[in-house]
Amino acid sequence: MALLQISEPGLSAAPHQHRLAVGIDLGTTNSLVATVKSGSAVCLPDHDGRTLLPSVVHYGLENTLLVGHAAQHKQNEDPGNSIVSVKRFMGRGITDIADLATPYRFVDEPGMLKLVTRAGVKSPVEVSSEILKNLKHRAEESLGGELVGAVITVPAYFDDAQRQATKDAAKLAGLNVLRLLNEPTAAAIAYGLDNASEGTYVIYDLGGGTFDVSILELTRGVFEVRATSGDSQLGGDDFDHRIYCWILEQADIHGPNANDQRLLLTRAREAKESLTDRDSTRITAVLSDGAVIDLELTAEQFHKMTAHQISKTLLPVKKALRDAKLTIEDVKGVVLVGGATRMPHVRKAVRELFGQEPLTNLDPDKVVAIGAAIQANVLAGNKGDDEWLLLDVIPLSLGLETMGGLVEKVIPRNSTIPTARAQEFTTFKDGQTAMAIHVLQGERELVSDCRSLARFELRGIPPMVAGAARIRVTFQVDADGLLSVSAKEQSSGIEASIAVKPSYGLSDDEITRMLTESMTHAQVDVQARKLAEARVEAESIVTAVTVALDTDGQLINVAERAEIDAAIANLNAASAQDDANAIIAATEALNAATGEFASRRMDAAVKRGLAGHKITEI
Amino acid sequence: MIDFAQSHFALFALPPTFAIDGKALDACYREQVSRYHPDKFATASDFDRRASLQAATHINEAYQTLKSALPRARYLLQLAGVDTQEETNTAMPMDFLMAQMEWRESIADAKASKNVDALENLAREMRAEMQALEDKLATQIDSQQDFANAAMSVRKLRFMEKLDQEIGDAIEAVLY
Repeated sequence: MALLQISEPGLSAAPHQHRLAVGIDLGTTNSLVATVKSGSAVCLPDHDGRTLLPSVVHYGLENTLLVGHAAQHKQNEDPGNSIVSVKRFMGRGITDIADLATPYRFVDEPGMLKLVTRAGVKSPVEVSSEILKNLKHRAEESLGGELVGAVITVPAYFDDAQRQATKDAAKLAGLNVLRLLNEPTAAAIAYGLDNASEGTYVIYDLGGGTFDVSILELTRGVFEVRATSGDSQLGGDDFDHRIYCWILEQADIHGPNANDQRLLLTRAREAKESLTDRDSTRITAVLSDGAVIDLELTAEQFHKMTAHQISKTLLPVKKALRDAKLTIEDVKGVVLVGGATRMPHVRKAVRELFGQEPLTNLDPDKVVAIGAAIQANVLAGNKGDDEWLLLDVIPLSLGLETMGGLVEKVIPRNSTIPTARAQEFTTFKDGQTAMAIHVLQGERELVSDCRSLARFELRGIPPMVAGAARIRVTFQVDADGLLSVSAKEQSSGIEASIAVKPSYGLSDDEITRMLTESMTHAQVDVQARKLAEARVEAESIVTAVTVALDTDGQLINVAERAEIDAAIANLNAASAQDDANAIIAATEALNAATGEFASRRMDAAVKRGLAGHKITEI
Repeated sequence: MIDFAQSHFALFALPPTFAIDGKALDACYREQVSRYHPDKFATASDFDRRASLQAATHINEAYQTLKSALPRARYLLQLAGVDTQEETNTAMPMDFLMAQMEWRESIADAKASKNVDALENLAREMRAEMQALEDKLATQIDSQQDFANAAMSVRKLRFMEKLDQEIGDAIEAVLY
């Protein structure tokens, strides 16, 4: 253990050598790479001087592959093979993205969907890795050497499957991932170090496809995330989509083909951008059938049609403040991050909620990459004069399935990472030798309402009576926010563990819904829980009585037996219905009916015990 | 390397008492976690990275335990070898149970009438009651060493935390 003290990075071998490390903002719409050069963080440009790389990958004829601007140019002529906004597919199944208007063909695969392209079936991880490879190449060319590692940013609200997918993409691109960093936290580093601030700050991060809010406490070199919330299916794209729908409506277009769809989405995005500093804009397009579109959209119309999207961002802000046990008055500053926060009505909404002018002095497109670069520089061991520490949290609670389809929360949301928690469970039936472990993420009480992360089985538990085995399940969340789970039977030492890999999952919408519903449907959950618990209790007593009847049935007469059998039948019937109180009543009735039988068993057991048997054998 | 066997109080150089210097705890936590956080070992060997993960995890757990009243009281009783019997002992004084029922009714009424102000008032009252019980715990544990009654206070506090959580959920349900 003494090794720990002597191998502090940065003080180890070659202390004067600057290690090349970068921060990468892998965005829905655009991606960037940044690094710290002679003490200050800069975004690295491509050959044409552009820092933003459109997150677009085009699979062309004869195995040609285009990434970025070149791929973007193919978007309108070859939409099916030009993959945009791939971030929205990371760690998702096909049912998750059913509502998205996309020109792609998907293949559903366990864990994550795949896209059918000219170059074959590609997973979102592979597509993302092409973007990362491009940025890696750009950085190595510009810095003149091989990278020691990279910090990749992810939305704070990304769940375990999405984080794992991002890390896999980086590995596939040949990058050594120093850390997955939450985007709002990265922005806070860039701002915090720049402005030398102290106090409570809110980071409002509206990107191309995701919305995050984080509440941070800045104190002398420590950035502590108090709470985070968001919506992993809400971003600038949705504002484009509103305009797109408006165009279809105005021009009376029904079921446009893939090319027209792409063209109009592009026009919608351009209109949105143009309305940032103008009161109205003109939308013109020539469709594939020759039809001409010529429309005028005013800022006022645009603001009205997207008011709902804006209000959807304010909800998570209020929730995060509640979770952090803070009020609006406690907030010292609000930082705007993400290109979508350029929209004037977004700024207005934030200003009105917080009663103060938001901070925008850093470029909202670059601030995440800049923060990631500063963190990468420190992680790689190039220590500057600034010493600081980031303490981040997990965005959604982690738990396990227990009997009756209920979720037992093991690690609550907003726990500081790294963190670990162990919980003991026991067997439900006599002689049970295996136990299924089902890991879930979400805030609701029922398994069906949470996102399934992984399933595995602990086998080889020595046969014992129900409730005697002690199975300790340990959740470990590392500094990247990634979960690993291990299970161990305490008396035998039988062990099983798994690094959680994405299994089948729920949609982003559903994650948001899960959070919202866990608040609004708390009452329904309580009833559902009561019902499930009543059923578990009922099944457990029926099993116990049946086993007892098998072994000690001779202790009672026919009439007594008939009474017990009737009570069992009654309870089984009640369990099949949805009335928790009826199940509880029938359970009590069975308990009462077996009272005499139980005391006779006890007497017999005592007699047998005196004859030299162990109590566990009875 | 940190000593995993020492008590959480020793880890943060604090006396093992229920009454706690929150500022000293925060400061010492930040110092400890800064030293062992995985970010300080990002390019270290697998062994060191693992050791730092374990150390930082332990420090976070210790901090969470001491920061809030309920886990801190539970932990102190555990150190004294006293079982708080939270799962097994559900016997509560009748007046406490009656008060709980009244709380529940008030919450349900305020929620049904979507009265956020009433819920906020209930939350404030509940916090005040919890604070009073925490003061009592300080006396029971720190000066009287009356662990049996302290265990009862822990069980009560757990009920109250649950109610406090329910008020919070109700406020969110009404607001959003």
